[in-house]
Amino acid sequence: MAIKINTPLTKTTARGLKAGDSCLISGIIYTARDAAHKRLCELIAHNKPLPLDIKDSIIYYVGPTPAKPGEVIGSAGPTTSYRMDAYSPALISLGQTGMIGKGKRGPEVIEAMKKYGAVYFGAIGGCGALLSKCIKKAEVIAYDDLGAEAIRRLEVEDFPAVVVIDSEGNNLYEIGPANYLEKN
Amino acid sequence: MRTVDAITITNTVKKLCIEANCFLSNDIKNCIRNAHIKEPWQQAKEILCHIMENYQIAEQKNQPVCQDTGVACVFLKIGQDVHITGDINEAINEGVRQGYRDGYLRKSVVADPLNRVNTGDNTPAMTYIELVPGDQIEITVAPKGFGSENMSRIAMLRPSDGLEGVKKFVKQTVFDAGPNPCPPIVVGVGIGGTFDKAAYLAKVALLRPVDRPNKAPFYAQLEKDLLEEINSLGIGPQGFGGKTTALAVNIEYFPTHIAGLPVAVNINCHVTRHKTEVI
Repeated sequence: MAIKINTPLTKTTARGLKAGDSCLISGIIYTARDAAHKRLCELIAHNKPLPLDIKDSIIYYVGPTPAKPGEVIGSAGPTTSYRMDAYSPALISLGQTGMIGKGKRGPEVIEAMKKYGAVYFGAIGGCGALLSKCIKKAEVIAYDDLGAEAIRRLEVEDFPAVVVIDSEGNNLYEIGPANYLEKN
Repeated sequence: MRTVDAITITNTVKKLCIEANCFLSNDIKNCIRNAHIKEPWQQAKEILCHIMENYQIAEQKNQPVCQDTGVACVFLKIGQDVHITGDINEAINEGVRQGYRDGYLRKSVVADPLNRVNTGDNTPAMTYIELVPGDQIEITVAPKGFGSENMSRIAMLRPSDGLEGVKKFVKQTVFDAGPNPCPPIVVGVGIGGTFDKAAYLAKVALLRPVDRPNKAPFYAQLEKDLLEEINSLGIGPQGFGGKTTALAVNIEYFPTHIAGLPVAVNINCHVTRHKTEVI
């Protein structure tokens, strides 16, 4: 039974999620990849305001294909999250509570998640066409010059994501294979 | 001597860029379907189901299967009796430019690896040209995404490391990659040659249909053994656990130096894309 999550993702809700929970996310999420994260962290370093409301926010690591005429967005599956590892702790410390991507995260990110109350979700990699159907609105809100890597504000409905790492550091990438090998 | 106008190459490359990104080949679709049937782990089965649903949606809507429409790897086998009028490299890049523009594909190339400004049109292509007998040109476009590419590895083994050393390196590469390259993966292995030739062999290995083993019985068996051993690692689809960590292992080999055993592992994900046309 999937857990329905409506944004903003509060720390209370984030701390209540457990590794392995299947979720359906609805509401506003933001997109950013490495180039945009680098700029955001430069703003943070200079105490400048961010172009998005970071408190209780979910950031989806994605660079979509261009939308065809009449479509909201192109294909939009997750990119590999470890490239954001250098930047995530700073954003989490400022209130980001959710990250959607795929692949492993480093220890500094997990420590920040535990300290501040944040969750790392996995979307299915390679399923960009399927996932784009859950995106109802998309607009560029910052860094248009980055093209596919711009920061976009997405309105999503029942976006499927699995809790990969919870706010206690439990990790589905460890638990899942271990469970499977134990029983097979 | 047959004359081919460069524009024909442009038009073919354009068409193949779009087709390769929106329509998976039958061999990979069959492989995913069979993996779904054989997968014993429930969550893994569900993920494989979503993967099949995804490529069906992409086909119906003429939409990229994956948002990482990759760098355009373009392989040409040019017959020695063909004369091409026009600049072949420009023709290929123009084909990529048009394909990625008109196919609504993502522009994912930066002009300089350290001063990273997007080229805006997904050029240049990564081009591999081979001269072969005859008067035809075989063009293959294989978009390569970088989630999987970044997990690829190369090692200069010692001859004494032998078969076991090669197997150990391939399995370690897959294990270290874990969930990052979007399993289930297709593993291209290049054995022999030189440092760069081994990597090229590994990439070319990914062009071979996954239901076609290596012609040499020894390497066909090695492909089978490695696939089985990789699929006992338990990584599973998306790294959440399961049998289907890899869909296939394809190996290409080449003569090498008496002091060397180069091994390259080029990882691809389940969105393994390549389309070929002969002009």
